[in-house]
Amino acid sequence: MRAYWETAVRGYRRYATYRGATFAGAFTNTVFGVMRGYVLLALLEARPHVGGYDASDALTYVWLTQAMIMITYLWGWNELALRIVSGDVAVDLSRPIDFQGYWLAGDLGRALFHAIFRGIPPFLLGGLLFALHIPIDPRRWLAFIASLVLATVLSFSLRFIVNLSAFWLLDYRGILNVTTLTWTFLAGFVIPLNFLPEGPRAVLEALPFAGILQVPIDVFLGKRLGLDLLGALVFQAAWAAALLLAGRLLLAAAVRRLVVQGG
Amino acid sequence: MAERLAQLTTYRWLAGASIRARAQYRLTFALDFAAQFVAGLSDFLAILVIFHHLPQLGGWSLPEVAFLYGMAGISFALTDLWIGQLDTLGQMIRLGTFDVFLVRPLGSLFQVVASELQLKRLAKAGQAAAVLAYALANLHIAWSPARILMVAVAIGSGAAIFSGVWIAGSAISFWTTDVQEIVNSFTYGGSFLTSYPINIFGAWTRRLLAFVVPMAFVAYYPSLFILGKPDAVIGQPALAFASPLIAGLTLLAAAAVWRSGVRHYRSTGS
Repeated sequence: MRAYWETAVRGYRRYATYRGATFAGAFTNTVFGVMRGYVLLALLEARPHVGGYDASDALTYVWLTQAMIMITYLWGWNELALRIVSGDVAVDLSRPIDFQGYWLAGDLGRALFHAIFRGIPPFLLGGLLFALHIPIDPRRWLAFIASLVLATVLSFSLRFIVNLSAFWLLDYRGILNVTTLTWTFLAGFVIPLNFLPEGPRAVLEALPFAGILQVPIDVFLGKRLGLDLLGALVFQAAWAAALLLAGRLLLAAAVRRLVVQGG
Repeated sequence: MAERLAQLTTYRWLAGASIRARAQYRLTFALDFAAQFVAGLSDFLAILVIFHHLPQLGGWSLPEVAFLYGMAGISFALTDLWIGQLDTLGQMIRLGTFDVFLVRPLGSLFQVVASELQLKRLAKAGQAAAVLAYALANLHIAWSPARILMVAVAIGSGAAIFSGVWIAGSAISFWTTDVQEIVNSFTYGGSFLTSYPINIFGAWTRRLLAFVVPMAFVAYYPSLFILGKPDAVIGQPALAFASPLIAGLTLLAAAAVWRSGVRHYRSTGS
C-alpha cells in the first residue's frame, strides 16, 4: 500500500513542476469556459428549460466540464504508450507492485494536482462571471467527490487500454487522437448529453463515457438523488471495474509476446 | 523575387518530404485524418443539437450559422494547414533546434512553417466545406458579383487574421516557453468564437476577442454582407469591407512581433 501511496505522491509532484504551463492551461480553460457559457446561455435564454437543465444548471455544466477536463485527462494521455515505445515499460513490469495499480496510483496523484490547480481556479472564476448552481449541502459535495474519483478511475481504465495499443502498433498516435476526440463528444464535453434527442441520448447515457463527465456533473447539480444517486455511482463503478479487468486481460496478452531488445 | 522563388522551391521539397514521411504510417495517417474530421464534426453536432431546441440562435437560423461556421472553418483549416507547425515552436526553442533556422539563408518564420506539412488538416477543411455546401443549398442568397467576391475575400482575410494571431501568439515563446498554451485561447479559441454569431457573446468577451483580437472580421462581418443581415452588435454591416484591411494590419503587427522576438532570442542555456 505504501508503494502505491508513494507513486501517487510522485504523480502529483511531477506535474507540480510545470507552474507556467499550469497557469497557461487554466487561463485557456477559463477563456473557453466563457465562450461556451455564452453559447449555452443564448440557448437557455430562448428556451428556459432544456433536458431538465435551467440556465444556471447549463452554465455550471460548462464550467464543471472545463474544470474536469484535466482531472479526467480525456485529451491525449500518452505516458504509458511512451514507456512502451521506448521499451522502458520492461522496468515498470519488473517492479514488485501490480503494473496497472502502479499506473493508476500515479494517475490519481496527477488528478489531485489537476483538481487543485486546473480545476478549482477556472471554476471559481466561472462562478464570479456567471450565476452558477453551487450546492451547499455537504452530503452533495461528498457524493460529487466520490463520483469524481470514480470518473477519474473510469477515464484511466479507458486510457490504459488505448495506451496498451502501443504494444501492437508502431505508431500509437493515430488511435490516441481518434479515441480522444470521440470520447470528448461521447462523454458530453461538447454538449450536455441530456440536450440530445431521445434515441441518441439513451444510447450515450448507457455507455461508459457518460460516467466521465455527465454523471458526476448531474450528481453535483442534484439531478441524481437517493436511490438514483446510488445507481449513478454503481454505474460508474461497474464500468470502471469491467474496463480495468479488460485492461488487465489485454496487458496479459501483450506481456506474453513481449520481447525487449537491448542490454 | 529570387528569394521568393527559392522559398517556393524549398517549400515544395519540404512539403513533399513530409508527405512521404507521413505516408510511411498509413494507418496512423488514416486515423489522424479521421480524428480531425470527427473533431470538426462534433463541433457542428453541438450546433445541430442547439437548433434541435430552437429555430434561431441570436437571430440566426441554422443554415445561416452553418454558413458562418463553414466560412470560418475553411479559413481556420487553411491557416492550420499552412502554419500549424508554429505550435511546435516552443519545443524547438526548448531543445535548441531553432538555432539551425537562424544560420540558414531563409527567413526563420518561413522555415518553422515549412518544417512540416500535415495533410491530415485537410480533413477539417473538407468538413467545413461540407457544412458550407449544406448552408448554400438551404439559403436563398441574392447573389451579386460583390457578394461572390466577398466569399473569396472573406476566406482569404479570415485565414490572414488567424495567421497573424497565430504568429504573434507563438512568438511569445521567444520570451518564455512556459506559457505557450495561452496562445490556444486565441487560435483554437478564435476558431470556436468565429463559428457563432458574435452578438451572443457578452460585451467584454466581444470587445476583447472580436475587436481587439479582430475575430469579428474573420467570418461575422463578411457573412452579414453576403447574407444581407443587419449588424446586431454595433449596427455597421459595412465593416465587411474592412476585413482585408484588418487582415493586412494583423499580419504587419504579427511580423513586427516575430522580428522583435527573434532579436530577443538568446538560445537555450544548456
